[in-house]
Amino acid sequence: MSGVAAGSATAGAARGAKSQGRPAGFLRVSEPVRAYWPFAAPAVVVVTAVIAFPWLFTLWMSLQEWRVGSARSFVGFSNYARLLSDPRLVDALWHTLVYTALAVILPLLFGLVAALAFHRRFPLRGLVRGIFILPMMATPVAIALIWTMMFHPQLGVLNYLLSLAGIPPQAWVFDPRTVIPSLVLVETWHWTPLVMLIVLGGLAALPTEPYESALIDGATRWQTFRYLTLPMIAPFLMVAAIIRTIDALKAFDIIYAITQGGPGTASETINIYLYSVAFAYYDIGYGSAIAVVFFALIVALSLVLLHLRQRTKWIEAGAAA
Amino acid sequence: MTLRKAIDNLGLALALAVIVSPALLFFLWMLSLSLKYEIDNTAYPPVFIPTKFAWENYVTVFRSNAFGLFFMNSIIVTGLSTLAAILVGVPAGYGIARMKAVKASVVVLISRMTPGLSYLIPLFLLFQFLGLMGTLWPQVITHLVLTVPIVIWVMIGFFEATPMELEEAAFVDGANRWQIFWHVALPIARPGITVGFILAFINSWSNFIFGVVLAGRTTRTLPVAVYNMLTFEQVSWGPLAAAALIVTLPVLLLTVFAQRQIIAGLTAGAVK
Repeated sequence: MSGVAAGSATAGAARGAKSQGRPAGFLRVSEPVRAYWPFAAPAVVVVTAVIAFPWLFTLWMSLQEWRVGSARSFVGFSNYARLLSDPRLVDALWHTLVYTALAVILPLLFGLVAALAFHRRFPLRGLVRGIFILPMMATPVAIALIWTMMFHPQLGVLNYLLSLAGIPPQAWVFDPRTVIPSLVLVETWHWTPLVMLIVLGGLAALPTEPYESALIDGATRWQTFRYLTLPMIAPFLMVAAIIRTIDALKAFDIIYAITQGGPGTASETINIYLYSVAFAYYDIGYGSAIAVVFFALIVALSLVLLHLRQRTKWIEAGAAA
Repeated sequence: MTLRKAIDNLGLALALAVIVSPALLFFLWMLSLSLKYEIDNTAYPPVFIPTKFAWENYVTVFRSNAFGLFFMNSIIVTGLSTLAAILVGVPAGYGIARMKAVKASVVVLISRMTPGLSYLIPLFLLFQFLGLMGTLWPQVITHLVLTVPIVIWVMIGFFEATPMELEEAAFVDGANRWQIFWHVALPIARPGITVGFILAFINSWSNFIFGVVLAGRTTRTLPVAVYNMLTFEQVSWGPLAAAALIVTLPVLLLTVFAQRQIIAGLTAGAVK
């Protein structure tokens, strides 16, 4: 949905960890720093209204038995207890984890390869790069629609392409066994460019000295990549992994537009199930409990990855020196 | 040595062709689908370039099912929510950068991690309570969830990077903080505002999930309208593909013409 903000947002933690080293004389001699609060005040009001209020309200609702149209009653944590014994939620959790694992690893792999290619200089690089990043900028519903046509078992172009390679036709998103890999194919196509851009930015920031010494020492190209480039861009790969994890866990548009979680519930992720509970069954209380646990899952996985990123940081510090 | 270089270049060219072709072929196929009559779209083996172009697919889209209305809805929702985000987000980015309140950016991070649906449940109830359902306001307000954090984030990065000397000089000359912001900081930050505007616009324009929940029959934005065409109204592929292309075309054009700004904005934080 909104991977566009991704690059910027996830680096927030990284930014928070670093201190900005500008002398603060101007601020100190004149007025306290608080003088800048009025600039932020309107945004604080907006953020409180559309982000903080919904959050607190969701927490409160998750403690209620509440269906739209019927009376509301306080039930404590019983919505959360219900989560544990909901087989459809357990299935959805499993689908979400499989989908996320694939939709993180594959774009990371292809994005890395693409970044290495785009790091070289060649004619028309800007144009080629522009074409390459089109998928991530395109409106997800619009591309989902075209993919749906391409997946069509009889008329779809994908089965035609397979037939050229001598591979028998597939049912793609119409078979419970292949639906998740097929959706991951779309997700990978959609988001590999973002990984490429992040890694490309990392490559551009690498120092040249180690490469010169490697050249003198007669290192092969593979050795240079394995022992120089890869460790030095590891922090950027981690950033990309964090962004991809958050986005893949939250994936909605493409899954909903192509399969609505089907066939049956074969591609129903937590987010899709949450949509059904809240806006098809109007079970507001239970839906809120799912939303809270879902958010906790996203934060937990992000923190694990952030922790891993901190461990790769010393390499980054070495690279910056 | 030169032979090796030639092989090297050939390898790079081949690699690039493989890397770019999924994107290139997809959009060409999308264009092809939108310009074919049903007979070509259902042909096997598939027809890539038809002998007769079905321009009328586009005419059908513009004529049918209130496409103009949905287009205006998209313009209004995206326009208002992006402008509002610039209005509150640019000063906020300035304030946060000057206060060095780096922790404030955690809000941006949290808003990014939160699934859109968890905003929607409470906001949906709120809009019902306020009697706003059936108007465009619920969507305009909810899209602020997307646009405000993006603009704040881009602007923090931008104002942190602008030199303080000019502002200090203006301060010594007796300008107050609002004057400094308005006459000194803002003009320098104009490229940053452009980046924030573009990213917020794209995010809001493409948003689907908020519209699915909040839009009624007359308040659909284009992504929702196109999705509904798929499920309810249209079965023929030509007009559907044409509609899909029209919906995403503004964003694709922005990408082509503002590639540099978009990449700068996207990677600003990540590459730090």
